[in-house]
Amino acid sequence: MNVESAIRSPAPALRIIGLTKSFADNVVLDGVSLTVNKGKTVCILGPSGSGKSTLLRCVNWLEQPDQGAVFLGATRLGFRNNGSAISMSARELARVRARIGMVFQHFNLWPHLTVLENLIEAPVHVLRKPPTEAVKLAEQLLDRVGLIEKRDAFPGRLSGGQKQRVGIARALAMEPEVLLFDEPTSALDPETVGEVIAVMRDLSAEGRTMLVVTHEMQFARETADEIVFLDRGRVVEASSPQSFFTEPRTERARQFLQRYSVR
Amino acid sequence: MIREFSIVFQNADRLLAGLANTVLLAAFGLLLALVLGGLLSVLLMSESKSVALPARALVDAMRCIPFLLLAYLVYYALPSIGLNFDNWTSGLLAIVIYNAGYMAEILRGVWMQLPTETIDAATAFGFHGRRLFMRIILPQVVLTAIPMIGNQAIQVIKDTAFLMIIAVPELTHAASSIQSKYYVPFAAFICAVALYWAMCGVIEFAVHRVEKIADARR
Repeated sequence: MNVESAIRSPAPALRIIGLTKSFADNVVLDGVSLTVNKGKTVCILGPSGSGKSTLLRCVNWLEQPDQGAVFLGATRLGFRNNGSAISMSARELARVRARIGMVFQHFNLWPHLTVLENLIEAPVHVLRKPPTEAVKLAEQLLDRVGLIEKRDAFPGRLSGGQKQRVGIARALAMEPEVLLFDEPTSALDPETVGEVIAVMRDLSAEGRTMLVVTHEMQFARETADEIVFLDRGRVVEASSPQSFFTEPRTERARQFLQRYSVR
Repeated sequence: MIREFSIVFQNADRLLAGLANTVLLAAFGLLLALVLGGLLSVLLMSESKSVALPARALVDAMRCIPFLLLAYLVYYALPSIGLNFDNWTSGLLAIVIYNAGYMAEILRGVWMQLPTETIDAATAFGFHGRRLFMRIILPQVVLTAIPMIGNQAIQVIKDTAFLMIIAVPELTHAASSIQSKYYVPFAAFICAVALYWAMCGVIEFAVHRVEKIADARR
């Protein structure tokens, strides 16, 4: 699908079209396209260095792609009036970014703020939500991820798994249209991976729109609606988890799955 | 010797007035220098060369000229271009201008070392521009910079002593005038030294306490 027809067709939650990104001579993304429909979970798998994280960072313009387009609903990221070549101002870009929730590999919580303050910071100061309303939602979310008793703790005092659950709650507090997860369990101790995965399963089951970069094969297999397999900056396979994990169509995917020994 | 000290104690009010002036000059000077330094650090970090270079020139000038010379400049030279301030205000102005350069450099250095992750997260959540700086960058920079700001505070207190040359009635000026009136140099200057020492002690104690609070927020 090209950019022009994407503008005309009814908008999925997130659509990435022909995304290209190079750092110096190194081509990291080489024409990546994918679609995330509302309420669906798409998992991006691939060996390290395949461009997965760069792809997510291009989705909310933390990295500016060289070519291609990202649509959040009907809004084209980075450009005004959908198709035109006029770049968005910093303010306009910020407004679109606020509609996308992001969960980071290294949590990236704000260390000078308490857990509760981390959750209400952007809703109050970016979305201009009344503080009482923001606190109410934040408390509900903390309760949901099982950390309400840590509301007044600083992030530095939490375990990795707790930090990431706060990271997820912080993203949810923005009531985003799409949630991006950038290897959310890769920096965790094995014993705390489970508590984070449990929260993510829960979110997927209740119909959140999620784009997840992960190495957790079991999570991808059991939770994803679609698997996108990325290698050397290209989408090599895009299929249902069932067919990807049982009968991968490409040699690259077969090798990848063998290495993770989950066939 | 005891007679000397008793003379100084009889003139304690002058010494304490000098101490009060030193404390006020250092406190206001530091606070204003911190605010001005914060603004300058934003300019130093600007991606636009036409903004960053003049700020860099100003900061370097402040760090390279002797404080004494700057005090002379503010007090004696500014009136010749029509800017007249009394001694006290001139002294404060010199402290603020001079230390803003140091503060800017301290804050810029800490800012450069700040992990980009938390700024990334803030950007992803829709922060940008002034709000990104005020809510996410500045608090982290200041928390990290506390020990360095404390050091600079001690430097500021010592620099206020230079202001006696433009007749600001601060602590050194008070001690000096007591000694010249009664000729009690040892007692007068030792008392001043003890008071400077006490001030530095208070700052070190304060930095220690604030560090404990800051430590939880890193």
